[in-house]
Amino acid sequence: MKAAPFDYMRVASIDETCKALAEAGDDARLIAGGQTLVPLMAMRMARPSLLIDINGIEELTGIAVEGDELVIKACTRQADTLASDIVREACPLLADALSHVGHTQTRNRGTVGGSLCNADPSAEIPLIARTLDATMTARSAAGERRIAAADFFDFAMTTSLEPQECLTEVRFPIWRDPDTGHGFHEVSIRDSDFALAAAAAQATLDAAGNCTRLNVAIGGASPTAMRLGPVEAALTGTDLSDEAIKDASAVIADLVEPQGDVHANADYRRRVVRVMAIRAIASARDEAKE
Amino acid sequence: MDGDFKYVGQKRRVKEDRRFITGRGRYAADLRLPGMLHVAMVPSPYACAEIKGVDASAALAMPGVRYVLTGDELFEHINPLLSGLDLPHVKRVPLAHCRARYAGEWVCAVVAETRAIAEDAAELVEIDYDMLDHVIDPEEAIKPEAPLVHPEHGSNVLFDKTWTWGAVDEDFAAAAHSIEYRARWSRCSTIPIETFAVTASWDPGREVLDVWASIQMPKYPEQIARGLRMPVNAVNVHFDIDVGGSYGLKRGIRQTIIVGYLSRVLRAPVRFIEDRLENLSGGEMHGPDRIFDIEMAYDDDATIRSIRIHATDDAGCYPGRAPLQLGKPVSAIVGPYRIGSAQYRAMSVTTNKTSQEAVRGFGQAPTNFAIETGIDKIARTLGLDRDEVRRRNMVRADEFPWRIPSGSEYDSGDYHTVLDKVMKAAGWDDLLARRDALRAEGKLAGLGLSTCLEPSGGNSSFEPLFNPKNDTTTWMEACLIKVDMLGGVTATINTSTSGQGHETLVSVAVGETLGIDPDKIRAIHAESLDALPSNSPVGSRMAIMLGGAAAGAAKKIKQKMIDIAAHNFQLPSDRLVYEDGDVFVDGEPDRKMTWFEIVDIAHRKYHDMPLGSEPGLQANFTWEVPTGGALPAEDGTVQMYPCYAFEAHIPLVTIDRDTGQVEIHDYFIGHDCGTVINPDIVRGMTLGGIAHGIGAALYEKFEYDRETGQLLAGSFMDYLLPSSHEVPSVEIVKHSTPSPLTEFGQKGSGESGYLGAPAGVASAVNDALEPLGLHLDTLPMRVRDIERLINGRET
Amino acid sequence: MSEHTIKLTVNGREMEGRAEARTTLVDFLRDALDLTGTHVGCEHGVCGACSVVMDGVPVRSCLIYAVQAEGAQITTVEGLEGADGALSPLQDAFWENHAMQCGYCTPGMLIATHALLQENPDPDDEAIREAIGGNLCRCTGYQQIVEAVKMAAAKMRGA
Repeated sequence: MKAAPFDYMRVASIDETCKALAEAGDDARLIAGGQTLVPLMAMRMARPSLLIDINGIEELTGIAVEGDELVIKACTRQADTLASDIVREACPLLADALSHVGHTQTRNRGTVGGSLCNADPSAEIPLIARTLDATMTARSAAGERRIAAADFFDFAMTTSLEPQECLTEVRFPIWRDPDTGHGFHEVSIRDSDFALAAAAAQATLDAAGNCTRLNVAIGGASPTAMRLGPVEAALTGTDLSDEAIKDASAVIADLVEPQGDVHANADYRRRVVRVMAIRAIASARDEAKE
Repeated sequence: MDGDFKYVGQKRRVKEDRRFITGRGRYAADLRLPGMLHVAMVPSPYACAEIKGVDASAALAMPGVRYVLTGDELFEHINPLLSGLDLPHVKRVPLAHCRARYAGEWVCAVVAETRAIAEDAAELVEIDYDMLDHVIDPEEAIKPEAPLVHPEHGSNVLFDKTWTWGAVDEDFAAAAHSIEYRARWSRCSTIPIETFAVTASWDPGREVLDVWASIQMPKYPEQIARGLRMPVNAVNVHFDIDVGGSYGLKRGIRQTIIVGYLSRVLRAPVRFIEDRLENLSGGEMHGPDRIFDIEMAYDDDATIRSIRIHATDDAGCYPGRAPLQLGKPVSAIVGPYRIGSAQYRAMSVTTNKTSQEAVRGFGQAPTNFAIETGIDKIARTLGLDRDEVRRRNMVRADEFPWRIPSGSEYDSGDYHTVLDKVMKAAGWDDLLARRDALRAEGKLAGLGLSTCLEPSGGNSSFEPLFNPKNDTTTWMEACLIKVDMLGGVTATINTSTSGQGHETLVSVAVGETLGIDPDKIRAIHAESLDALPSNSPVGSRMAIMLGGAAAGAAKKIKQKMIDIAAHNFQLPSDRLVYEDGDVFVDGEPDRKMTWFEIVDIAHRKYHDMPLGSEPGLQANFTWEVPTGGALPAEDGTVQMYPCYAFEAHIPLVTIDRDTGQVEIHDYFIGHDCGTVINPDIVRGMTLGGIAHGIGAALYEKFEYDRETGQLLAGSFMDYLLPSSHEVPSVEIVKHSTPSPLTEFGQKGSGESGYLGAPAGVASAVNDALEPLGLHLDTLPMRVRDIERLINGRET
Repeated sequence: MSEHTIKLTVNGREMEGRAEARTTLVDFLRDALDLTGTHVGCEHGVCGACSVVMDGVPVRSCLIYAVQAEGAQITTVEGLEGADGALSPLQDAFWENHAMQCGYCTPGMLIATHALLQENPDPDDEAIREAIGGNLCRCTGYQQIVEAVKMAAAKMRGA
């Protein structure tokens, strides 16, 4: 499983990256963590003629809070993000989901941006980005733009990034209300396998225990991570009782478009993603009450 | 024989581990020879296709490419490989010849200066295929309209034979009840972390083909020679290569024939290391793929009178030794039970899937699973405890040796005591209470039980049983011991080792017999040109056979030393006592000759040697398997494996009813393999075997797409091996009923854990499903299968 | 395709070799630097047999191209023993507990657990199993490995 031959270059800044992408044409790929790209290349399913290595670009690494946003630079390692107190404080849902991403060793190399750009329908980081309406910043030689999560994930394994664009950071909105809880649940066959179905939820309750704000999204059962608008609408204003959650979640079967594969067929994902959503919302409610 | 040993049974560090912990293991891929060339395979994309033509011109034009070998060329120069069955019209070939018969089958071998270049060139080989119909499912393959995998054979049934031992029909008629059920063991195997790797180097000067391979295979040098049309003593297999796990599978004779042929043609060393894709789809390392249709006849008190087993096994494309995995279970066809009669129909079927190979237990794990499924069903039907049904049926301690209907004698055992011990250690009643408490909380919880045998010793009389033309009864093992001039002891292992700790085994066996510290004894692996005969580590035989051969050779050394001392004391040998390497006159401990004095005489002082004796101090011993040497009778009865180890598994599981995930909370196993030679080695085998068993029970399946014939589980992303999260901590409860047939009373343990774990886990899962009125008799029981069973009927 | 000269520090020694861009770090270590202790098991980042420490953290060396490791500090299994060949407490504990059989996954296991103990001197079973969760073993069933790590941790704590 040796990759097809390619040329390799290292770049030291975002500007250099954009310049290299602009000059290279469609057959070049950026390599960050490589945890997904390198296996694809080993299987010769990806065959870029040029790899542009963006590891070690300082301006692409970092975690900070800016106003009401948690800003994570694209090449920040998943391991560093998981270990970060800033992330745990500002966005506990992301921290929780990260512990399910791969293994220790893959998190040591894998990056937050890499996972987002890979856009696997069952991946955790895209799911959190979608749940919280994160914003992605993309730069090219032509300039910079912000892309909302709803517009970033186009289809399975496909983002709306142009071939010459580089993702530079992701911005997660911070929910400041202290009566906010989160929930994350996924099913995988073995610990840390790709999720067969996953759900993430974040909820804010008022003093009476009613839900004033709820974001829920699922992964693994649609071409991209998917917000469950109808479920959110039905549950906002309720006390998020188990019964209310169960009733509201019944519509999920009609919202999702699961695919089958060797691990689970579509019916399994359709049924189980609902269970994940129920558990995630309940966990968010329970945590918000603490 | 039992108890009082000096070294046998003592905690001792395993010698081999020293090199592994420092990264100094010597695996086949670590070897580099000057001028070595590398191979990559060109696989067939189709499940069945006529090969109309091969155009390798673009590949050969690539710089660094040295050769492209086609199946046609190879076929002209080799003998087809052997099958365990009598199949004159089914040719087993290393590279597809005329026809590709499974998706992933190797059609061409590309040779280049690096593996990467070979892969680049392999993409440029153009092959013209005419697609043909294929068949994937074994029950479809049996139907008359099925496409034929080997048209010359005339059908897809490779073997179909029924044996009836005892009054089966009468016993069924007389019994109060019978049950009938199907149990399915899906295609999986004990795939190791190291793929198969082989380097062959033809030396035209010595006219010898040197081979270094990650191998575990009986008669490997012989089959290389036969395949390449060379004398056996022109092949030199280096058995000192460390093998990175095998558990039966590493029978890479096809790979070896390919590189051996290429090395002779190219007059250079040629190496092939399977990458993981080649290994999973074309390495021919899939295991039993079996459908059991079983009937059991039993009475109101649960006494099982008779059993009928119809086993259909999908051997895949080319039947090598693997179809014999239907035969080995004849050695324990009634499990640990006193069932008086049995009928066994064994059917081997060919399909357009990669070929099956020997897997740990050689068919016993699936058979144990199938039998244990029935025991639990009987218990449920009669409303009896599952352990009680087993107690009533198991062979009793005072009944050994016990002859089963198919002719094998179980040498020794005390199944009831082992079961008692493990149930006590597990706290069976407490576990039941825990299970019930979990159920009261609304959870699915189950406690499992299985009681299974590990036949060991490798009396492979299933070979002539399945193919009377192969009238063979010799399964031997040998050891050569040399005591050198300065008194050091070196013993040979005449085959390869894949993690079983043979060096440690041999040094303990020799040390025990000679009364010398095993840490001072060196065990080395021979090369096949100077190796004594071996049947390789299969059939859980090495503790028995290599231990026996080493002890036998050591006894000769001991006797010779006594004789030398006797000569020097001018006394008959029976007046002398040997103790811990020294020899003294009985009753006169001061009249003694030391180890070093005797060694010195043997090597340097012929004038002090007994008349006519051989100088030096070396001995070899070659041992035939105990109880071996008899061909099957007309009715198929025959003694198979000599020694029977026993295990009882108790897992506690919960199932998430919404997701189908199974969690194993507690795991206990009672294990009796007779005398344990090295406790850490045996413990490791059992724990590792249980891990394999959990994989087979819950995770592993080589799934094929029926429409396209493609293997869907072609990488480690899809073929899922249990990790540290899936394998629980296991408590092992030991017992020992020594074997009367072996040197120290040892039985085999190389398959322990694996032979009973799938049955135990299935028992636990079905116990958890029982309150829902559901059951699952197909392995693996994956999350999707369990979830659909529970929730699937609603949608 | 381009060939590159790669300089890096392995087990404390500065080393240099040449490789194509597509050569993975594990192949580079084994073939160019003759360090065959690190093993290849799958080449797609699942089995962990190729684990090495790179710039302080355990990684899968089959998922890194050698060119990417320019200037890096690498520790392989060969670097775990003392300069005089003395076994580390972890290696010794692996031996004492027979935490291997065929030895093929062992270098990766040692790297993963070595990295764990550097961060967590008193790991419980769960932490150990998590640390080796990405290293597949087909022989042992993991238990003797977990026991070895506990023994090594205790020894290193002076317990």
